[in-house]
Amino acid sequence: MILAADPLLVDGIDLTVALIVLLKAGVAFAMLLVSVMLVIWFERKLISDMQNRIGPAMAGPWGILQTLADGIKLFFKEDLLPTRADRVVFRLAPYLSIIPAFVAFAIIPVGGDFTNGGDGTVSMFGRSTLLQVADPPVGVLFFLALSSIAVYGVMLAGWSLGSKYPLLGSVRASAQMISYEAALGLAIATVFLTSGSLSTHEIVVGQSATTWNVLATGIVPFGIFLIAGTAELNRPPFDLVEAEQELVGGFHTEYSSIRFALFFLSEFMNMITMSAIAVTLFLGGPAGPIVTQRLAWVWPLLWFFLKVMAFLFTFVWLRATLPRFRYDQLMDLGWKVLIPAALGWFLLIATLDTARDLGWPTLPVVVVGVLALWGGAALLSGAVRKARAERLEEAEAHRDERADSTVGHGEA
Amino acid sequence: MEVAVFTLGAVIVLSGGLGVLLARNPVHAALFLVQTLFGVAVLFVLLEATFLAAVQVMVYAGAIVILFLFVIMLLGVDRADDLGIEPIAGQRPMAAVVGVSLAGLLATVLLVAVDGLTGARGGTPLGDAGDNTRRLGEALFTDMVFAVELTAILLTVAVVGAVALARRLSGPMQPLPVVAIAESDDQPTEADDEPAGATGEDS
Repeated sequence: MILAADPLLVDGIDLTVALIVLLKAGVAFAMLLVSVMLVIWFERKLISDMQNRIGPAMAGPWGILQTLADGIKLFFKEDLLPTRADRVVFRLAPYLSIIPAFVAFAIIPVGGDFTNGGDGTVSMFGRSTLLQVADPPVGVLFFLALSSIAVYGVMLAGWSLGSKYPLLGSVRASAQMISYEAALGLAIATVFLTSGSLSTHEIVVGQSATTWNVLATGIVPFGIFLIAGTAELNRPPFDLVEAEQELVGGFHTEYSSIRFALFFLSEFMNMITMSAIAVTLFLGGPAGPIVTQRLAWVWPLLWFFLKVMAFLFTFVWLRATLPRFRYDQLMDLGWKVLIPAALGWFLLIATLDTARDLGWPTLPVVVVGVLALWGGAALLSGAVRKARAERLEEAEAHRDERADSTVGHGEA
Repeated sequence: MEVAVFTLGAVIVLSGGLGVLLARNPVHAALFLVQTLFGVAVLFVLLEATFLAAVQVMVYAGAIVILFLFVIMLLGVDRADDLGIEPIAGQRPMAAVVGVSLAGLLATVLLVAVDGLTGARGGTPLGDAGDNTRRLGEALFTDMVFAVELTAILLTVAVVGAVALARRLSGPMQPLPVVAIAESDDQPTEADDEPAGATGEDS
């Protein structure tokens, strides 16, 4: 019913189909865990290189097993329960973080031949199926819904500890995530407009038929998506959530042992999912040239992997390069720059789309559209500036008044 | 299958609703509310209204209850000690009246339905699961465009009103933080000018 887009499920469900679905889910789960392990190692190693130090080097070749060692160590540590903690919520919060992180990856098409009008189906045990765990018709909305659930994990973790640093961290985190979700959603909406579908599979098919969405939507939404995505992940330069200098560790300060590991895991898993979503929405998913006919199914997987790696590299690179934002800068960027920009661009793309349907010439429409948007932006920023100037004046007048009265006192 | 999913959804919704009523801690009550909203989303999926299901989770669970939690956390109402206070006079009797009449209305609809309960779908279906986003959009922006626009105006009014109320117009306004930084540059000269003024204020 809800998964009917997958050719596997159209002709009814028998044992083979059920097993294939289970296999896909199992493989996705296992690969996600392994890749989290490798991504943590990758980040530490890369950031060490950028900071001119060695990084993990002892466990396994090039320290590649460092994460495994850390994980095992965390498993055997004592699980602390702060006395003032709300027990139920304390135990619930890590799962509210990790489960959306796992489930969100289910909608990502990771492979399949999309070249020459291919629809990305592969054959597996004699059935044709998509290389994604699920293809719900609401596709990317499913991802957005899950990312709004993930806010609960962070928020409740901070609250349940009954301690002030985690509470401050979690309030910051949830405010940040909600603010940037709007910009993220608007950037994604532009993709919906261009692709005409919400389903990740159809978005990828649409891109292989024409051009990648990063160009079709005109770079801007891609940039907004990247910035808002970084903020949504609470990664540097938007990591106010766990600013060590101010908040110790942020929302997970008092978590230890396996519960802390779950938060850590979900953070990196979200990073992988966000990269994969970016690849799916803007860079054509697993699309790419198939070079050899033998093992042809490997190539889409390889392209997908390389594209995701490019994003993961960017996230680490940002962390090594940029200093942290201040809270007011963060809110200014989110509400006053990204959301208006995303909204304006969305309107422009919608206008162009309508103009194409009505057969209007493109250039005048673009000029008029840009002028109208620019006029709107000018009005808005003018109003903001005027309000600011008025407040300044008022404050100034108030200060003069106080100065006058005190001077008067002095003379008397 | 359908019955099983419906039963599951109904159990989620009802237990969540009971939890909202019975939880002593406002945060727990908010969490039970999220559970109820999830259950409703499950029922939406069962009705092949997948778009509504996703939006239900995004808007209600993802935004509205988060705002509830914000208020609970920031105002520190995390103990059940203010249950005895009635913020609006006569709120409880009114709530009882409204609740009973709503229950009565629902019961009437169920009991006095023309053909009894058929189990068949009412109204026109909004297309199948894959198509209902488009159909919903078309319905909202053609037949119901006035209702949509009125709702938009209502929300805008609410936002403007909230901003106006939050700015607390009593007393002179404080300068913005940016202004405060700019001011601190010329602070020393000012202090030099009026040291007497500062002491005068103290006396």
